[in-house]
Amino acid sequence: MIDAPSSTWFTASPHWYWLIVVYFVLGALAGGTYFLSAMIDLTGRSSDRRLARLGYYITLPLLLVIGVVLIVDLSRPDRFWHLFIENHTLRPMFKYWVPMSTGSWAVPLFGFFATLSFVATIAEHHRPHWRFARRLRPPALLGTLVAVLGAILALHVTGYTGVMLSVLNRPVWSDTPLFGMLFIVSAVTMSAALLALGARWLRWQSPAVAALNRIWMWLLVVQILVLVALFISLGPAVRGWLNVWGIVLAIGITIGIVLPLIAFRRRRPQGKGGLSVAAALVLAGGFLVRTAIVFVPVVNAP
Amino acid sequence: MAEAMGFFTDPTVCIGCKACEVACKQWNQLPALDDARKTLSGDSYDNTRKLDGTHWRHVKFIEQIDEDRRDGRWTMLSDVCKHCVQAGCLEVCPTNAIIRTEFDTVVIQSDTCNGCKACIAACPFGVIDINPVSNTAQKCTLCYDRLQAGMEPACSQACPTDSIVFGPVRELKERAARRVDQLHAAGEKRAVLYGADEKMLGGLNAFFLLVDRPEVYGLPPDPKMPSRHLVPGTLFTMLGALIVGLVSIFNFRDRRADEAGRD
Repeated sequence: MIDAPSSTWFTASPHWYWLIVVYFVLGALAGGTYFLSAMIDLTGRSSDRRLARLGYYITLPLLLVIGVVLIVDLSRPDRFWHLFIENHTLRPMFKYWVPMSTGSWAVPLFGFFATLSFVATIAEHHRPHWRFARRLRPPALLGTLVAVLGAILALHVTGYTGVMLSVLNRPVWSDTPLFGMLFIVSAVTMSAALLALGARWLRWQSPAVAALNRIWMWLLVVQILVLVALFISLGPAVRGWLNVWGIVLAIGITIGIVLPLIAFRRRRPQGKGGLSVAAALVLAGGFLVRTAIVFVPVVNAP
Repeated sequence: MAEAMGFFTDPTVCIGCKACEVACKQWNQLPALDDARKTLSGDSYDNTRKLDGTHWRHVKFIEQIDEDRRDGRWTMLSDVCKHCVQAGCLEVCPTNAIIRTEFDTVVIQSDTCNGCKACIAACPFGVIDINPVSNTAQKCTLCYDRLQAGMEPACSQACPTDSIVFGPVRELKERAARRVDQLHAAGEKRAVLYGADEKMLGGLNAFFLLVDRPEVYGLPPDPKMPSRHLVPGTLFTMLGALIVGLVSIFNFRDRRADEAGRD
């Protein structure tokens, strides 16, 4: 403690462990898959709608799991509604300057838009006579509105968690303002890899799948830049990584960023298997990076 | 609003009797749980170890013994919530469970807290933790109930050496300044006040006299508000959103070009 590199070393642990890791990973995938699906819908052609449909089908179940995880992680789950309504006054509870408060509202709001897109997808796929529901997806005007608002909320859900870490005073977390940026970039990277893997599993081939592979490759390069900036911005607090979680982070970066980039560069024109392995590594690496970030303050406690 | 009330803690007269800890536990009916620990800490006479949800006062024992063991100093400091004027815990609480009282103290309303634990991490001093009985975050209330009844907090009333002094913060600062002068005159030139001025989180309503670096007492030398990264963190995140948006748009547009070429 005498030679602590930062004042954050004097703070206490909020006891956020595996449930938070699960939330960070599933939240990233839920937000990222919706965002990419909306982008496919907003920029694409009818032949790609099944790929966007896959994304919408993934998003909603993940959000349902996230809701349960977030409530269970509270020490008093029976009071989860205090995040939305002030219990003494019964007025709406919202603090725009508190990421946890904005996130508490963003998750169910995002869930609302994800549900609309989910219903629209079901209507298009299985219930063609649900005419109004089909209008909830682009190119219908209402569907375009749903996709745009949903995509904005999806990005908020993927990014606010990182901002929340930066404003919680814990070692490493609060020694840089860049975790939000890292989380939003890695969330879309992981989600592009997940959708590409799903398309591969379903044996779908289209320019949109190739675009997804290019997206995760480009975003891995961005992630490297963000990570370099993050380490520089940590200053003396970078010492906080000199422990087992630093090793986990290094492994996560190696298998989740470096190896997939090498695989992408060495891919054969018709060889899809290598890209699938690379996409799976992106997901595994993303999980390890988030795990290391959640746990790193614990070993730097006083 | 009533006058700001607080504590001035002077470790130079603390004898480590822990009467403050006992009085705090007794008045606030805090359980004698110790996280089911069955071993002694091995850290001098300190077996409380830290402030948490059931220990709202904690007497730290600091042993500074020379390597040749010819000389040494044994210092005690009764640590407590600082009731910061700019309180990080209050700032991040998403349920308004943490309030500022009419005495300018910071109190967690146990019936509102849902145990999200954000305040635990946000406190620059590591004061707050979950009380395993109520399953809510808890800390020193500066005996809000006693203050409302015109009484002195239990810990300062129990302190036999006036190491913990309770009163209006303005008067405490004058008293603390006189004590520092007294120590300087007696040759203890290292005596300084910690948190008495507004530079530290707008001022700590529970402030300390230290005769060594803050880190020696387990106190951060420059505690910061958790919100310091809010604006830059948000801006960088928006930049990240812009980047993923552009990367997605360019690649999906490339797809349309591919298709057009193929058609």
